[in-house]
Amino acid sequence: MTTPQAPLPPDAAAQDARLDAALRALHREVLAEPLPPPLRLAAERLHALQQPVALGRQWLGRAAALLLAFGVGWLAHGQLGNFSTEALAGRTPEREFVRQAGFAYSVYQPEKRHPVEVLAAEQEHLVQWLSKRLGRPLKIPNLEAQGFALVGGRLLPGEAGARAQFMFQSAQGQRITLYLGALEPAVQATQFRFEPDAAVPSFYWVEQGFGYALSGPVERATLMALAHSVYAQISLP
Amino acid sequence: MSRQSIVDHIPGLRRYARALTGDAWAADDLVQDTLERACSRWRLWLAGSDLRAWLFTLMHNLFISQLRVVQRHTAAGHAVDIDEVAHGLQAPAASPGLLLDLQRCLLRLPLEQRAVLLLVCVEEMSYAEVAQVTGVALGTVMSRLARARARMRELLDEPADASRAAPALRRLK
Repeated sequence: MTTPQAPLPPDAAAQDARLDAALRALHREVLAEPLPPPLRLAAERLHALQQPVALGRQWLGRAAALLLAFGVGWLAHGQLGNFSTEALAGRTPEREFVRQAGFAYSVYQPEKRHPVEVLAAEQEHLVQWLSKRLGRPLKIPNLEAQGFALVGGRLLPGEAGARAQFMFQSAQGQRITLYLGALEPAVQATQFRFEPDAAVPSFYWVEQGFGYALSGPVERATLMALAHSVYAQISLP
Repeated sequence: MSRQSIVDHIPGLRRYARALTGDAWAADDLVQDTLERACSRWRLWLAGSDLRAWLFTLMHNLFISQLRVVQRHTAAGHAVDIDEVAHGLQAPAASPGLLLDLQRCLLRLPLEQRAVLLLVCVEEMSYAEVAQVTGVALGTVMSRLARARARMRELLDEPADASRAAPALRRLK
């Protein structure tokens, strides 16, 4: 690369070439380093946002709206209505949420040394800290009766602000996570749903503007029982 | 866009951020902020346009605005000393002294010259791309590059001890 200015004396040109080479060597080792998990997670989120081609998404959204408008009369009374509009609309905020829960699971589940930011030993601090960051009092469910002990929790970035991830582990070392946080745009309360397309099997639900996703590579029935237990514990007044 | 393509750009962003800030932690924070901003503004990205240039543009603007905050603090009496920033960088084993000097000299360039020099020489962007990323005219990119090279020649010619004693490195606290 040469400068566009007046010709330089030869020694200056040689100096510039040396400078360029030295600059290219500076921090070159960064290129080969593994990505820090938070950066990888942010990249996954960006990818997830950009993935649906804008045109197709709009079209599907309109098709779903049309179907909903025409179909209200004869679809409203069955589960069918719910099912087909959701399938057509593809990505809903809550499905986006559960996908992010899956990414977060995949990123932190394999961690040996730093699976969580705050360990279960400091549970009181963990609850206070994450409640403050998420802007509402949180409760950590106790899943020990089902064989899962709390490992701890961490703070994560979400679309509309902070999200939290609590990790639990069985005696066999199997890990499940509870991922929660505000949904944007706001979503009405939903029933329990199973998400087969997430990175790991997940049950999710929405209550009072907050999404919850319980993820882990366990039997669907086991995961559902765990999700019911979580729901029962954290939604008690 | 494929998932790979976003992840592919991150090492380059990290290296650029590290040379720009001279600090490994600050650099990764800057990359993280850049990705978060990209998430909140992805609708503004034109599908099919150059993703790498867009990410570098976001990062450039973020860095400038963060620097303004720092400068406001500096004006209020909290100075950041280059020597303190430079200790955080990790030079490769090959010739740590030289690269440390190089980073130190880079940090003594005005930001806009440093950015242009790194984008052209390290990221190998065209002048037009650099103009887009830094938001200035093509001619400005070329004159900044020339000034940056001239200044680097001067700085690297100075003996290390002299550069330490130079007025620009005076401790501000």
